[in-house]
Amino acid sequence: MSETAGREPIEVRFRGGGFAPNSRRWVGFAVFVALIAFVEWGTRAGWITSLTLPRPSDVLATFVGLWESGLLFKHLVPSLTRLVIGAVIGATAGIAVGILIGLFSYMRAGVVPVVAAIFPIPKIALLPLFVIWFGIDEGSKYALIAFGTFTPTVVATYGAVDNVDRSLIRMGQSFGLTWWSIVRKIVLPGAMPGILSGLRISLAIAIILLVAAEMLGAEYGIGAYILEAGSLYDLERLFVGVVILSLLGIIVSAAIAAVERRLLAWRT
Amino acid sequence: MDIRLDQISHAYGDTQVLRDISLDIPAGKIVCLVGPSGCGKSTLLRFAGGLERPASGRVLQLGTPPEGCLNPLTYIFQDFALLPWRSVRGNVSLVLEDHGIRGKRAEAIIEDVLIRTKLSDFARALPKQLSGGMKQRVAIARALAVKPAVMLMDEPLSALDAQTRELLMDDLIGLWTRQPFTSIYVTHNLAEAVRLGHRIVVLSRRPGQVREVVEIAKPLAERTYGDADLDKVQRHLWGLMRDEARAADEELIDV
Repeated sequence: MSETAGREPIEVRFRGGGFAPNSRRWVGFAVFVALIAFVEWGTRAGWITSLTLPRPSDVLATFVGLWESGLLFKHLVPSLTRLVIGAVIGATAGIAVGILIGLFSYMRAGVVPVVAAIFPIPKIALLPLFVIWFGIDEGSKYALIAFGTFTPTVVATYGAVDNVDRSLIRMGQSFGLTWWSIVRKIVLPGAMPGILSGLRISLAIAIILLVAAEMLGAEYGIGAYILEAGSLYDLERLFVGVVILSLLGIIVSAAIAAVERRLLAWRT
Repeated sequence: MDIRLDQISHAYGDTQVLRDISLDIPAGKIVCLVGPSGCGKSTLLRFAGGLERPASGRVLQLGTPPEGCLNPLTYIFQDFALLPWRSVRGNVSLVLEDHGIRGKRAEAIIEDVLIRTKLSDFARALPKQLSGGMKQRVAIARALAVKPAVMLMDEPLSALDAQTRELLMDDLIGLWTRQPFTSIYVTHNLAEAVRLGHRIVVLSRRPGQVREVVEIAKPLAERTYGDADLDKVQRHLWGLMRDEARAADEELIDV
């Protein structure tokens, strides 16, 4: 160390930090505002033609008009009903089957290949079939949405059950808990984080399928509204519909986040 | 109630892990199982409580468990095995619910065991808020709640730091002095074995066999940190184990 005497001390360079995402809530909002403002500027200045993109202010005016005429709720109510009923059926069945796969080897051996086979089928392709099976009314729409939410929920759920800490299950057995108690009090809560993150994906798929479900035999509904606007090339109305679907997606995601905060407060 | 291990042998595939182990665990005594890593001591403990089946040999209960005993053979695990989504109280009540004990009766039991483990102030805390030592005390409280006849302790202090381990050893001695319990205590820590064991069973390395049984007559309450007599026993035990521990350490794992 003696040879360094007399030299200037060098401060140690900081090289830690980063890789730790933290909350920046307003950034997302600012990006939205900036994008919309940019499009508004472009359409007003004329270098975005009205054939390319509608003017955001016109979209807003169309939305307000839709609201004031009362048509908004006429479209929204049947759509939400379809979404809720279809998603509840699909997610409930998916969670139940997923847990059974997670618990029983025969279920796993028998059902996992079936799920793998039906997962990649575009459910929209099956719509005509569903119309024959469940009728052109609401039945086929519920079935399409339920079917679409079912498969991703199954996959997420059995993965979540597989990830439950086995030492907790051994503990339950060592205290003489019944099989049903172990499932209810250890497996199910332990799988909850995985099930909820699976639901995020399943419910987004449910919203996508809502539009498809309303392709046939729907007079009212957000999907029907979008499809009609699309075939008339009415961009303002098309965008109103699209924005409503986006908002729906944000609301669903926020709802799941709220459920997670409540049910998963025990996580570190 | 006594426990008897009767000629237990076991193999995983071609690897024999335990050979012809016979042991008696008398009521009211703590029997420590020590041995080099991989000698099958934890496996033996899982046989004792019926979590695994030996290839041959039997585990016998001699006599009947005391009255009010809900779960005669009760484990305390190295990793605590607490449900992270339940509070301290909820983790204790978990093991009572299945016996139909709820409401006032459960409250009384939970309060009693939390007082005995000095956790009364933390009944509402979640496991993530607790230190390792506190978590293990919750696990001990949970075990006490079912009034076990035999406590099967699988390296209960191994996940804790040295100071916490000392404190918890004092707690365990305090619990035993107030109300003697029967226990099989698996550990690789010889200091723990000489502090807590009435009898210390030394297992050889794989395949595990009983190598020597050491009795320590000194009452638990009189054993203190750095006790000269205990040090002598500990040195003797280490002398028995040293070469085997080294050999076990240098072995390739093929299980």
